[in-house]
Amino acid sequence: MEGAAARFATGGEPSPEQGWVAPHIVAEFPGLGIAWVEVDARPSSSSEPVRRRLRDLSDRFYGAHAIHMREQPIPWSYRVFFRQIGLDPDRTRTPAERLALDRLHDGAFISRDLPADALTIAIAETYVALRAYDAGCLEGRLCIRDSAPGESLPGRPAELEHGTLIVADERGPVELLFGGEPRRGVERDTRRIAIAAIQVKGVPQMAIDEALWIAASVIQS
Amino acid sequence: MPGLLERETHAGLTGGDERLARAELRRQIGRLERELAELAAEAFPLRTVDSGVGAATGPPRVAGLEELERVRDALAERIGEARRALTEQAELWQRNRELLESMLLDPAAYKWVRVSRADVGEHGCGHWHSRPRLGPLGMLMGWWRVKVSSGCPLAGRLAAVERQEAAG
Repeated sequence: MEGAAARFATGGEPSPEQGWVAPHIVAEFPGLGIAWVEVDARPSSSSEPVRRRLRDLSDRFYGAHAIHMREQPIPWSYRVFFRQIGLDPDRTRTPAERLALDRLHDGAFISRDLPADALTIAIAETYVALRAYDAGCLEGRLCIRDSAPGESLPGRPAELEHGTLIVADERGPVELLFGGEPRRGVERDTRRIAIAAIQVKGVPQMAIDEALWIAASVIQS
Repeated sequence: MPGLLERETHAGLTGGDERLARAELRRQIGRLERELAELAAEAFPLRTVDSGVGAATGPPRVAGLEELERVRDALAERIGEARRALTEQAELWQRNRELLESMLLDPAAYKWVRVSRADVGEHGCGHWHSRPRLGPLGMLMGWWRVKVSSGCPLAGRLAAVERQEAAG
């Protein structure tokens, strides 16, 4: 996605690139959007300051926090959106709730690698749904649309059910819109990472920008 | 729940009407979801509120009218169940508080009755227990009193740590 997305430079403000949403989908779901930034980074283990930040976040995050989370506007917005697209948020968890449950289950936010930790920090701080992709595997602008007949996810032979909501680039589907693993996610040989935020009605643009900024700055730190 | 939902079905609508109907159902789902979240928070940590609606499995999609109606109705049902459960719970706590007041006034009338903090809707450990002063002698003499327990046990180290140290 050379030149397509905003590049994040340390010390500078990221200017997220806005993706597009198919008109008939946005007519159904006003406020739905996708934005992303790209950072030059390789997947590696997190530095001590990042791990410390995860520990600090863990100390601020309790069971009561997880229960009251869904009363707050942004987690509530994602839960409502999940219900509106046929997903049960008590089965297919929203990213923030997934993180909260993992935190309670594991006793802490476990450090995995830098991109994953950056997303964890940004999601826990803002509750915005974020994904990380290998920017080198993406072409053109990201978008949210419904699948066309004959389309399938990368690496999956099974055809997508017609009308499935997906995140896509100019080549085709990248992953399901929620509820799936990224098919062009960050791999060991990734050199540029695209961090994408999914916006739904009720999530302010400021939260999207902040989430992208936090994730990008952690990766660049 | 009169006044909360317009429970009309939207069968037979087409085109723009159907889109408007879907938008209205989504708005109702949003409102019900907020209400359910508030009830779940109110009930925590003494009760859990079931918020599952058993949505049809499948990929993310633009849910149709029928599916949205089903989700809305299921959410409304969950809210009704949660409200009923919370009301029953509140009534039980009130009865237990009245029992506790009576017990404190006349311990001998409530021999061996034990009321925990959870029974009256309070957080933490501890209980009130009607028991005789000086053991069997108090029983024979009718010296009953309500003893208040000292609360939660002090935080200690995990048993696994003790075992590890003992083994090491």
